[in-house]
Amino acid sequence: MTTDTRALEPGLEGRSAGWRIVARKEFSDHISSARFIVLLLVLGAAAIVPLYFASDAIRSVASQVTDTRNAFLALFLFSPSSVPIPNVFNFVGIVAPLLGVAFAFDAINSERTDGTLPRLLSQPIYRDDVVNGKFTAGLAAITVVLLAVVGVISGFGIVRLGIIPSPDEVVRLLAWVVLTILWVSLWLAFGLLLSVVIRRAATAALVGFGVWLLVAIFGQLIISLIAGVLAPVASAATAEEFVSLSALSATIARLLPLTLYQEASAVLLNPSVTTVSTPTTVGQWQQWQQQAQGQLLSFDQSALLVWPHLVSLVALTAACFAAAYIMFMRQEVRA
Amino acid sequence: MTDIAPARPSRRRRSTPAAASPASTSPIRTRALTKRYGDFVAVDVLDLEVRTGEIFGLLGQNGAGKTTTILMLLGLTEPSGGTARVVGLDPARRPLEVKRRVGYLPDAVGFYGNLTGRENLRYTAELNGLAADETEERIGHVLEQVGLAGRADTATDTYSRGMLQRLGIADALLKDPDVLILDEPTTSIDPIGVVEILDLLRSLVRDRGMTILLSSHLLGQVQSVCDRVGIFAAGRLIGLGTVPELAAQFGGAAAHLEVAIAGDAEVADDPATRALLASFDGVAAVDWNAASSSWHVAVSPADASGRVREALLRAVLERGLRLTSLRVLEASLDDIYRTAVAGMAVAGTTTEVGQ
Ligand SMILES: Nc1ncnc2c1ncn2[C@@H]1O[C@H](COP(=O)(O)OP(=O)(O)OP(=O)(O)O)[C@@H](O)[C@H]1O
Ligand SMILES: [Mg+2]
Repeated sequence: MTTDTRALEPGLEGRSAGWRIVARKEFSDHISSARFIVLLLVLGAAAIVPLYFASDAIRSVASQVTDTRNAFLALFLFSPSSVPIPNVFNFVGIVAPLLGVAFAFDAINSERTDGTLPRLLSQPIYRDDVVNGKFTAGLAAITVVLLAVVGVISGFGIVRLGIIPSPDEVVRLLAWVVLTILWVSLWLAFGLLLSVVIRRAATAALVGFGVWLLVAIFGQLIISLIAGVLAPVASAATAEEFVSLSALSATIARLLPLTLYQEASAVLLNPSVTTVSTPTTVGQWQQWQQQAQGQLLSFDQSALLVWPHLVSLVALTAACFAAAYIMFMRQEVRA
Repeated sequence: MTDIAPARPSRRRRSTPAAASPASTSPIRTRALTKRYGDFVAVDVLDLEVRTGEIFGLLGQNGAGKTTTILMLLGLTEPSGGTARVVGLDPARRPLEVKRRVGYLPDAVGFYGNLTGRENLRYTAELNGLAADETEERIGHVLEQVGLAGRADTATDTYSRGMLQRLGIADALLKDPDVLILDEPTTSIDPIGVVEILDLLRSLVRDRGMTILLSSHLLGQVQSVCDRVGIFAAGRLIGLGTVPELAAQFGGAAAHLEVAIAGDAEVADDPATRALLASFDGVAAVDWNAASSSWHVAVSPADASGRVREALLRAVLERGLRLTSLRVLEASLDDIYRTAVAGMAVAGTTTEVGQ
């Protein structure tokens, strides 16, 4: 039941920057909140610990091959062989949704329970300024956390291991950060949707984290079960059948946004990846390097490869945000 | 009930800019305003007009539709039918302009608990686009007005309900609105605080020419501060006007006098005095009120009250009685309200509001 339609009030369009004021307030709330500090510490620790264990292996690679290309990106790709910890990009893929949900699950419903929503909406701003501002603030907070984590890892690589990134690596890393922000914003939009639909913040948080657990732990299991039934690659009799079933299986896997993110991450961070799977140990890495001698992908080739993934993630995020937006605009001000 | 009868001019003096605007631009006017939630009609074909520089009180039982009406006036809920004009604009189509000029205190007002009172007001100031250099001064001023200056720099988490309500009034005043809409502004405020707040509202009307619409269940306060009152029942306006007008409409068209004659206190309920009082033309009922040792005389029709008083004074002189008190009892909004709501319950929706 939207009454705040911009089109009806053209004279005021230029003046209204309500979303920016809302975003500024929400952002300063975020960065001074306990959850921001906790998430920063957890993610920071999670980035440093595997790096610490992997650093010996990385250093040995770096000293063996003097001109190992993309040694810097290896910081993000390696997982330590000594301890069972996922590498940085896998880890971020799993933990980032938590970040998104954490910054949005109480965005609207807390305004309702605190009785601030009618007061906020009776100020001269459009109703969508509230959702837009809150989404922007969440995005900004997430960007700060991710840049801090990437900064810590890069700093560690440069200072402790003496690995200086090449311009190409910097571009790839930034592209990966953008991809990750996109991935988190999907969950931010999902959290926002929950905060609009579910009136109690605690319930919204539970649902959000429940879905996250489902995706992170059982998602791949469920998807591979479905793929196993629909596309039984092992039962392929001919080579053509094998190829088509594999393609189908990969498509089914991409129904899970996590797959989209992980595939795209692998391609962006690793120039030698031209397909889905990624090297995760030093041995594999060297093997890949040798295999791929002289045929590393340039950045734009990699970008082209992940373009559909990016578009899909943007579309999913937009769908979630649009749902939250429309439902908020139609809701009664009173709870 | 399409139009409001030409009632007496407001008791309050009006400031020049307010008085300058013609009557056709009433700050609040609704025409057949209706709100339905599914089959339920929360506000039923409401015609309401609040004039410049008056304090208008909305009364009505829980669920009568007061808050719903207010939300429609602010463009926070879309009407199902009819139109509203606030400061001359349609709040459903021009919400920003309306909200820029209308201050609103919601019924269960809340603030961001992690921020102090002053910080909360600063956010409101920003949202209203107040110039940065005048913001602090303005915030200090409104905090002073609601008597919260001393606690402005503690987090609103720690505020009592009444303090939150005071801060809510400050918040509504911050933008220096032309129209102030207050949904139950004094429910949790202490008695002395209420007097201060009501004084503040009066001075805003007097000095600033503000127009105020408030809803309340506290009839005494409404009677003391409101120029006109509208009584809601089941989404309809069943009574509208000044308290005397409403008394004429619902008070059984009777006026009430309190008469005390020296000597009566010893001879409680003296039959001779009773007979005397009852003999005047127009007296409908005479009751002895033991608590105040006085007679309660009901006069019907109400305009016979003057004749009755005259006759009484003449009789007192003739008989040499010692009259110690003769007082016209003001109709109490409490009684009016009771009668109006009870009448509504009996008559159902067929009640027509006559003016
Ligand atoms: N979102 C909604 N959906 C359905 N019915 C609603 C909704 N909001 C309000 N109502 C109904 O509309 C009616 C009018 O409510 P409103 O809040 O306007 O009453 P009120 O006069 O302000 O009462 P109170 O004195 O208790 O504040 C009530 O019966 C309420 O149940
Ligand atoms: Mg109400």
